[in-house]
Amino acid sequence: MAESDVTGSMEQVPFVDYLVLGEEPYLRANECQNCQARFFDRRNACASCFGNEFTNVKVATIGEITSFTIVEMGPMPYVSAIVDCDGTPVRCTLTGVEASPEAVQLGMKVELTTYSMGEDSGGTEAIAFGFAPTK
Amino acid sequence: MGSEDIWIIGSNMTKFGKHPERDVVDLASEASVAALHDAEMTMSDIGVIGVGNLMNAGAGIGQQLQKQIGQTGIPVFNVSNACATGATALRVAIMAVKAGETDVGMAVGVEKLAGAGLLGQKGPKPKSETWEPSGRFGAIGSTEGRIGTNIMPGVFAQIGMEYGHKYGGTSFELFAKISEKNHAHSTLNPLAAYQKRFTLDEIMNDVMIAYPNTRPMCSGNCDGAAAMIVVNDSKLKSLPASVRKRAVKISASVLTSDPWAEGCQVLPDVNTLTRNAATQAYEQAGIGPEDLDLVELHDCFATAELVHYDNLMLCEQGGAVDFFESGAPWRDGSKPVNVSGGLQSKGHPIAATGIANIHEIVTHLRGEAGDRQIVGAKVGLAHVIGLGSACGVHILEKAA
Ligand SMILES: [Zn+2]
Repeated sequence: MAESDVTGSMEQVPFVDYLVLGEEPYLRANECQNCQARFFDRRNACASCFGNEFTNVKVATIGEITSFTIVEMGPMPYVSAIVDCDGTPVRCTLTGVEASPEAVQLGMKVELTTYSMGEDSGGTEAIAFGFAPTK
Repeated sequence: MGSEDIWIIGSNMTKFGKHPERDVVDLASEASVAALHDAEMTMSDIGVIGVGNLMNAGAGIGQQLQKQIGQTGIPVFNVSNACATGATALRVAIMAVKAGETDVGMAVGVEKLAGAGLLGQKGPKPKSETWEPSGRFGAIGSTEGRIGTNIMPGVFAQIGMEYGHKYGGTSFELFAKISEKNHAHSTLNPLAAYQKRFTLDEIMNDVMIAYPNTRPMCSGNCDGAAAMIVVNDSKLKSLPASVRKRAVKISASVLTSDPWAEGCQVLPDVNTLTRNAATQAYEQAGIGPEDLDLVELHDCFATAELVHYDNLMLCEQGGAVDFFESGAPWRDGSKPVNVSGGLQSKGHPIAATGIANIHEIVTHLRGEAGDRQIVGAKVGLAHVIGLGSACGVHILEKAA
């Protein structure tokens, strides 16, 4: 995260701690060593098998939409979706797609994307993730 | 199971809707006093109270209620369990009676929500000068909208859409038709907050909240209370014939929480715990879904009703769309569902809901439902679910 590039020394911070930034960003899960259940937050014991040994794993960055809704209560409608990333369900906001039922389909293939949320007063840039239709 | 059956001998709900003149304790008192009257009892007969209220969970509403209608020093259990709070209060009363701690229990659920807006919607965090990770995910801002949605209409919309992805056959129109049914049913229920019939077009063209749920497809925040008196067999035998002949048997009373399921961390699994509760309830009662004359299920959103047809095994697995399309859940169909109008019309004062849905079944089994009576109803099921999650299922039978 602290790696500086040639153009400047901008620091980056992920929107959530399970988003790992870098050349190829990915979502990280804590996987139960016993039963392979995956969690995005910390657990004292596995909710599935009660084991207490976890390993960090990379969640697949391409998946399929298994459910979605278009939330229209705020200032801007957005698509909330559940994406099955090779067996790991992920919740996300879809990017790169119009927030309309015609534009989103169940079963649609999508991939992890990241985007800038802007900089804070110290010049640190926040990076968030979404999923966008695969090209 | 305990040897003695448990019976409902007193039951009441207030009209759901806006009650600006009355506070939570007033509403709880109205339902409680009416339920006591219905049971031909007074507070001196009651041995335990379970009181559900979500919005003032720390306020000791049970004790405040007693101060309003009769302080006798009996144990009070103030409970909160999301939308299953009312059913939880009733479970407490039933468990105490079953355990032999007392012969008579009272359960009350009450909520004031009119004008509360959408629940589960957190406002944006104050904008900070620097990004500061906080919470379990180290988020540097509100995740709402940034990582999908956590608000109820969106969560339950996704639950319905997920069913569609799994089994096919769902559409915006199908979900809207479920809402059309419940609003049509509500016209016969004077206690419903909304008794307006909507056409399918009106429902589909109303304000979109979270696709595919438009405003009439969402349960309404409102005020209301419901209360119930329960007794064991031996107590029932000692009561006057007028009470005994209106007694309704609780053939099953089950409360479950959600077991771990892949994906429940991103989308609550409301299916497994409902199916588990239903399975246990059918076993306890020795009754199958085919025996039910009516069902009140937790249609907090039109999309939720569909999945619960399946979870409560009113249809074969994956068959909820066909079940609905067959006309079965309409009040003149083979398996009437939500003849009260459901939460979409009757309203959803959260902690009252889990007792009010049982009250609806009780009213039909007593043959006292007036214009909306399901004629000859002998067996009914009431279901409620709170995200988090908790699920209550009760099966009731008319006295033989
Ligand atoms: Zn495990």
